[in-house]
This record gives sequence, C-alpha cells and structure tokens, in this order.
Amino acid sequence: MAEELKVPTMAELFAAGKSPEVLFWVGCAGSFDDRAKKITKAFVQLLTKANVSFAVLGTEESCTGDPAKRAGNEFLFQMQAMTNIEVMNAYEIKKIVTACPHCFNTIKNEYPGLGGKYEVVHHTQFLKQLFEEGRISLEGGKFKGKRITYHDPCYLGRANNIFEAPRELIRKLDAELVEMKSCKQRGLCCGAGGAQMFKEPEEGDKDVNIERTEQAMEVEPEIIAAACPFCNTMMTDGVKNKEKEDSVAVMDIAELIASAENL
Amino acid sequence: MMEYLPNIIFAFVLVAGIGYFTRNVNRLRRNIKLGKDVDVSDNTGQRWRNMAKIALGQTKMVVRPIAGILHVIVYVGFIVINIEVLEIIIDGLLGTHRIFGSLGVLYDVLIASFEVLALLVIISVSAFWVRRNIIRLKRFIKPEMKGWPKQDGNMILYIELVLMILFLTMNAADYQLQQLDAAHYTKAGAFPISQIIAPLFEGLSISSLIVVERIAWWLHIVGILFFLNYLYYSKHLHILLAFPNTYYGKVKPKGQFKNLDAVTEEVKLMLDPSADPFAAPAEDAAEPEKFGASDVTDLNWVQLLNAYTCTECGRCTDECPANQTGKKLSPRKIMMDTRDRLEEVGKNLEANKGKFVEDNNQLLDNYITREELWACTTCNACVQACPVSIDPLSIIMDMRQYLVMEQSAAPTDLNNMMGNVENNGAPWPFNQMDRLNWANED
Repeated sequence: MAEELKVPTMAELFAAGKSPEVLFWVGCAGSFDDRAKKITKAFVQLLTKANVSFAVLGTEESCTGDPAKRAGNEFLFQMQAMTNIEVMNAYEIKKIVTACPHCFNTIKNEYPGLGGKYEVVHHTQFLKQLFEEGRISLEGGKFKGKRITYHDPCYLGRANNIFEAPRELIRKLDAELVEMKSCKQRGLCCGAGGAQMFKEPEEGDKDVNIERTEQAMEVEPEIIAAACPFCNTMMTDGVKNKEKEDSVAVMDIAELIASAENL
Repeated sequence: MMEYLPNIIFAFVLVAGIGYFTRNVNRLRRNIKLGKDVDVSDNTGQRWRNMAKIALGQTKMVVRPIAGILHVIVYVGFIVINIEVLEIIIDGLLGTHRIFGSLGVLYDVLIASFEVLALLVIISVSAFWVRRNIIRLKRFIKPEMKGWPKQDGNMILYIELVLMILFLTMNAADYQLQQLDAAHYTKAGAFPISQIIAPLFEGLSISSLIVVERIAWWLHIVGILFFLNYLYYSKHLHILLAFPNTYYGKVKPKGQFKNLDAVTEEVKLMLDPSADPFAAPAEDAAEPEKFGASDVTDLNWVQLLNAYTCTECGRCTDECPANQTGKKLSPRKIMMDTRDRLEEVGKNLEANKGKFVEDNNQLLDNYITREELWACTTCNACVQACPVSIDPLSIIMDMRQYLVMEQSAAPTDLNNMMGNVENNGAPWPFNQMDRLNWANED
C-alpha cells in the first residue's frame, strides 16, 4: 500500500472532544477476513479521498449478533446488541456506514427496538451520495466497457430494498452492467446467509454458491461485483471451483471505485 | 303446496350448504386462535394497501406472467360470475326465472360477459391441468405434492370445469327455450357462447329442454354449494383467506426479524450491574416463557393463518436456494406441515370435548425435520415469492430458536461459531483486541 491508512477511533476523537460525521462499522469479516480486509481498506481510502470525517470503534466493536440471531440464539444476539448499543450510545453516534449488509440490516432494523436508534447506510448508498455531493468523481477509464454482473446480497436487496445504489455506482465506471437471470427482488442467495457461512451445508445435489456462480457465468462477465464480504467469499470460491479465477474477478463495489480512482 | 316444493327444497339445500360452511369457518377460526397473540394494529394504511394490491390486484401473481394471467382470468371469472349466483338464489327462493332480466340491455351485457368469462375460465383451467399433468412443471411434482395435495389440485380444476360447462349448458337450453317461446322462459340475456352449443339441443321438445335446463341449473347451484364446503378441506381456502392474510402480512423490512421481549428482560437484568445475580425469583413470578416453537400452538395466529392460506403453488420452493440445490428444505412443505399438524390438533380438540389430549406428536421432528430447518439461508426468497404474503421463514426461525435456546441442539459448527461470538465478539476465534490490526497491515 502506497500510503499508511489513517483510521481514527471513536475513543481518540472523543478524547479530543471531536465527533465524526459518520461511524464506519467495520464488522467481523471486514476486521478479520483477509479478503474482506481489502474491501475495508478500499473503503477507507475512498472516505479519506472524499475528506469524510469518520471513525471506527476498533477494539470496542463486537459482532452485531446477526449470525447468532439467524442461528436461533436470540439470547446471544441481544447480549451482543445491547453491549454494542451501550458503546455507541455512550459516543452519541448518529450515523453509521458499513460495508456488510448483515451488520447493516441488524443495526438498522433490529437495534432500534433495543434502544439503538441510528441512521444506518450501506457503503454503496454512502458512496453514491458522495458522488452526488461531488465529493468524489470518476473519469471513466479502467473499467470502461468491461462486462460486470452484480450479485444482490439478500440482506441488502430483498431484505431492505436497496437495488439501485450499487448498480448506479457500477454505471459510473462506464462498464457494461449485465444482469443474471435471477436478480434484484428475485436474486439468488450466495449460500452464506442465516449462519450458513459457519457450517457445512446439508446434503444436496450441489452447493448454493456453485449454483449462483453458474448463473453468473451464464452472462460471461469479466467481473462479478459484490457488495457483501460473505457473498464475496462465496462467489470467489465458486469461481475457483469453476477454475475461472484467471478470467473472472470477484470484487466489492468499493474496490472497483477505489481501483478506478487509482487509489 | 306441491307447486312450492322446488322452492322449499332449494331453501333447504341453501341453508344446509351455508350452515355447514359456517361450521367450517368456526373450526377454522378456533384453530387459528390456538396461535399466540401478536400485535398487528400498526400500519393500518399500509395493510389495506397491501390487501388491495396483492390480494385484490394480484400484483404478485403476474410476476410469473403465464400462470399469472391465467390466474387473473379464473379469478375475475369467479368474482363476476358470482353475480349470476345471486340471481340463481333469488330465482330459486321465489320461483321466478331470470329475475334480473328486467334490466334489459344491461342484463344482456352481463350475461354475455359471464359467458365469455366462462369460456375463458374453461380455457385457463384446461391450461392449468396441462401444466400440472402433462408438462408436469417441477414445482407441482415435488415430494410434498404426492397423494392428497396432488388430487386436490386437480379436483379443484375439475370442479371449476364442470361448473362452467353446467353454466353454459343451462344457458344453451334456456336460449333454445326462449327461441321456442316456451312459457316462463322470458326472452332475456344475450348468449354469445352458449348459442354456439345450442344447436346440439335442436329437435328436442320443450319439455325435454326444460329437463336439461333444470338439471343444469340445479347441478350448477348445488355444485357451487359443494365447492364452498370443499374449501375447508382444500388448498383452495386461499380464495377467502388471501384477503386477511395479505392484510396481516409483514409490513416491516423483510430482513427485520422480531426481537423476543422475554429475552430482552433477561438480558437487561444480566447487564444491569445493580441487579443481584443470586436473587431468588419472586414468589408470584410467571413460569418462564418457552422460547421458540416446537409445535403449532407455539406459533402466533398470523403464522397459523398463513398455513391455511397456502395454496401450494410452490413458488416459494421454486425460488428457495436450498431446494434448488437439492436440500430437503421446501418452504411450501413447512406451511403444509404446519397446517396438517394444526388440523390434527383441531381434531384432537373436537374428539375430546375441547380439551387437548397429549398425542405424543408435534410439529418439530414428527412433521418438520431438523435437517430442513438448518438448510435455510434466511434469504427471504420464499417470502418474496409468495403471491399472498405468507412468511415460511418466520416459522423456520421460531423453530430454530426452540432448538437452540430450549434444546441446545444447534449443529456443532454453529455452536463453535456462537462460542466465538460469546467469547471473542466475532464468529471466528480471533481476539477482540486484534480488531483494528487491519489498519496497520499491508
């Protein structure tokens, strides 16, 4: 990496008597998963380029509880939720951005009932807004004319009706956006949701991520764009399974924009 | 007295048909009310709009255009042709004939449109039959569609076909009688379709024609009453329940799963530094609530209404990623199992004077296996696909909650994940103190 990343924490800002425009909720995948960390960094580079004052919770962040809740452990979910809410309320957080649709959905929809009321946006929505406000801009180029297909994460799309922000960002790349046969409201899951990410699948004919990857391959993309670290892993595995990793890249939308910006 | 015999028989048949239907509606209500209470008083405006759009307007049916358009035809036919049933009932009770005939041109238009719709219904129903039995669409031949569900699907098509043929036969005979200036058969109505079949009756005497007309008339109305009473035993209940079901359907974002209030209380206590961890529960403390669902009575009444509303179209199963990749999970089966178990519980109540007698059966394991429950990715494709706002996912989640919180019976991998969340604040075994390391790595 060319430059060292500057990632302020809430604790540092708070000590300096400052409060950021937005809290970047990194999430477990974004913090620990090697592939997802690259997405985290790309997004931080974009935030920095756009002069967004942001902070992370760092070591004060903990799992939102999403996988516990979807696995049926409401108890553990609420323990996690209330601990996180306590931290965020103490910092008087107003606005949160996250690159993980699962964190996004949980904090946006399930935290308010437990006392955590924030404005929560997904990073694709946030980036779209930065474009609209002229805080970042793109001069086409790198991805011009590339065939990109976009995989809708269930917890962003169907679960929260966000279909357009990510697509609009892809169009900004001057790329050729091609849709899979199952897309938007009817998009097929990558297979990771509902805590499936953390267990072996039940017996069947094939894995869900293979089915989805086959749908993606049908439209012969050069890039499969994702907007979720778990979808990213599943699709990357699918592409490897099809031995197509040399010709098809799986990239997060933040990575595409950052790369087009030569960051 | 004898001249009123048909009227009396008609009134008797009508009262019996509606009476038995009322009995079934009461059974239905009793069974649905076995579910737990749930607050659905919010978002009334949105709820009415959902009902108008989804049930009345069939907006989700036409997502699949072929089945959707065919369905709209049968649906419109059903509603419009029922205006004719009103006339049949009045005629039957009063001994009149085509009492609305005095409406003149309007009556001609009405009868003509009923006839055109009847023909379109015959065509659509035939197309449905071909889809189920000749083309054998995948979603109609899944394992849960064997036996009664398969017969039921065809039975409905046969009944509708027969009713429409009877309706057209009745009109054809009537038309012929009108041409012959038969007494009592006043000239009323326009018969664009039945006059095509009318030549079949050419040469028949007036009395024979009256027999044909009367037989068709009686079978038609008795058939309708039979159909009304068939509903309760059939997936066809959706023609009634789609309306309340779309009203009570989920109005929150699909990704928002409900937070259990009982858990919130306990968690708050655990996190409260001033709470005494060794305090004995209050004397009058209620028995701790059971978490999640292992049987139908643990579900809420909207979920039970969902089960009765399901018409087994299988769009949910068709869109389910687990089912598409050969796993045992089928959201439609979840709904059918819930309904079948609820029926079993209802019959148990009836057999035992309203008191449930333990039958060593339950929804979990006896109907829905754990393998099915754990195959779900919670992707909401089933919820999105349902044309009448059924939420199979909510039942799956409630049952997972029972498995995890009451039975500690999660798959080992998930127990490991949950252990990590509990101890490290992440689903993987990483230390929370390393959460910001990425910022300084290359």
